[in-house]
Amino acid sequence: MTRERLLRIAAPLLVAAVLLGAWQAIVAAYDVPSYLVPSPSRIARAMLEDRALLAASLGVTAGIALAALALAVAAGVAIALLFAQSRLIEASLLPYAIVLQVTPIVAIAPLIIIWVHDTRLALVLCATVVAIFPIISNTSLGLRSVDPGLADLFRMSRASRWQTLVRLRVPSALPYFFAGLRVASGLALIGAVVAEFVAGTGGQGAGLAYQILLAGIQLNVPRLFAALVLITLAGIVLYLVVSAIATRALAHWHESEVPRD
Amino acid sequence: MDGRRRQRRAGDSIGSGGAPVVAVAGAAKTYPNRTRALSPVTFDVAAGEFVALLGPSGCGKTTLLRMAAGLTAPSEGALRWWGRARPPFDDPQRKLAMVFQSPTLMPWARVEANARLPLDLARIPRPQGDAAVRDALGVVGLADVAHRYPRELSGGMQMRVSIARALAVAPALLLMDEPFAALDEFTRHKLDDDLAALWRGRGLTVLFVTHSIQEAVYLATRVVVMAARPGHVVADIAIETPQPRTAAFRGSAEFAALCARISALTSGASLP
Repeated sequence: MTRERLLRIAAPLLVAAVLLGAWQAIVAAYDVPSYLVPSPSRIARAMLEDRALLAASLGVTAGIALAALALAVAAGVAIALLFAQSRLIEASLLPYAIVLQVTPIVAIAPLIIIWVHDTRLALVLCATVVAIFPIISNTSLGLRSVDPGLADLFRMSRASRWQTLVRLRVPSALPYFFAGLRVASGLALIGAVVAEFVAGTGGQGAGLAYQILLAGIQLNVPRLFAALVLITLAGIVLYLVVSAIATRALAHWHESEVPRD
Repeated sequence: MDGRRRQRRAGDSIGSGGAPVVAVAGAAKTYPNRTRALSPVTFDVAAGEFVALLGPSGCGKTTLLRMAAGLTAPSEGALRWWGRARPPFDDPQRKLAMVFQSPTLMPWARVEANARLPLDLARIPRPQGDAAVRDALGVVGLADVAHRYPRELSGGMQMRVSIARALAVAPALLLMDEPFAALDEFTRHKLDDDLAALWRGRGLTVLFVTHSIQEAVYLATRVVVMAARPGHVVADIAIETPQPRTAAFRGSAEFAALCARISALTSGASLP
């Protein structure tokens, strides 16, 4: 491991240690009750004690976010490909994609939950609505961002529409797609959490948002914090996984992923 | 105006009844926004010629080249390729190939896949295509980087890949749009010499756009001098110096005289 990489990992960890230490010290020094601000050690204990409950909820929320991300990718890419077929299609449908984007999910979620009988599916759909726009807009931008010289070359070579799509437009769109995917991965998780809040579904399929809701009502603030930490961690892991996939796909050719030396 | 002079070369082996490779007859271009890019231009390129289109930026030389490539239609007049009204995009005997100002390579594909692209698009069987690409990469001296990606190569090497891609289709007409303009002078002189050798060795017909008087005189058998606002042809000058030309030609009095003559033509054209 190079010094540079060591620094990139060690420095933020040091910041976290200092902040958590200060937090712990202040809470202890002023004897702050844990239902107001729990100390980091108290949150860690809550995480340990409620691990079965929290793990199950994490599974539910992460499952919803992943399903929504997969659906957003499939539908978003399909829509972008449709847009790429003609300016007319794009001009007719893009405004509605934007409407979808600017309407707050909190406002549509109750409708979706009423219309879709299966709660889990309703939650997945809500999160998909939140996550899909960056995929659509980035992928369709990428499909249009073709080197004009290469486009001329394809024309001179009498390339079919299909050849131009597969050999030129799709590869040109990949860096844009992955940039959209990174944003969408975070949004899918946010969408899942927001939808859970709105639905307020507990019981067997309770996600982390429901645990936060419940813990808030019960003033079980350590557990609330523990759930919050897990949501954040899930978001970070999702982002890292998506970044690793992007690096794998683009490292050999695209500037954004070429290792610096 | 020097009128139309045709280099008499015996190489018109694939011409149909001696029809010029490209005949530009009164072709002009006005863009939909009423910008006049090119006033009517008439000239022929015969088989085996190396014609340079020379002029300052904005003189319509790239527009003219794109017309010759069949990428842009003239708004007046017409072009004919081997006597036919349509560019022979799918005639395997009369391929057009184009080399652009920038290397225009697919960054995601290795050098060999880049050079094979036009063959792949024409659905040439893989073994046959691979052989043509190996040959073309060998000709431009890049056989040992076939498995590299474009970004791993220097600008000059990328340009060579782009030339190899054009050569791989065994073109009868090679169109080049200021291909070496972005390169340093050392690299450009080397590539000029390589291109001249290819043209002689392969019996190519070349239409070459440049803004360098020296490059045009050094390479071409004929220089079509153009001027701007709107683009038009000022003169059509045969460069009779025998081939092969060497670095010594660049230092000769004849070279200097030709350059001075063309330079006078271009500066005269821009006077009111």
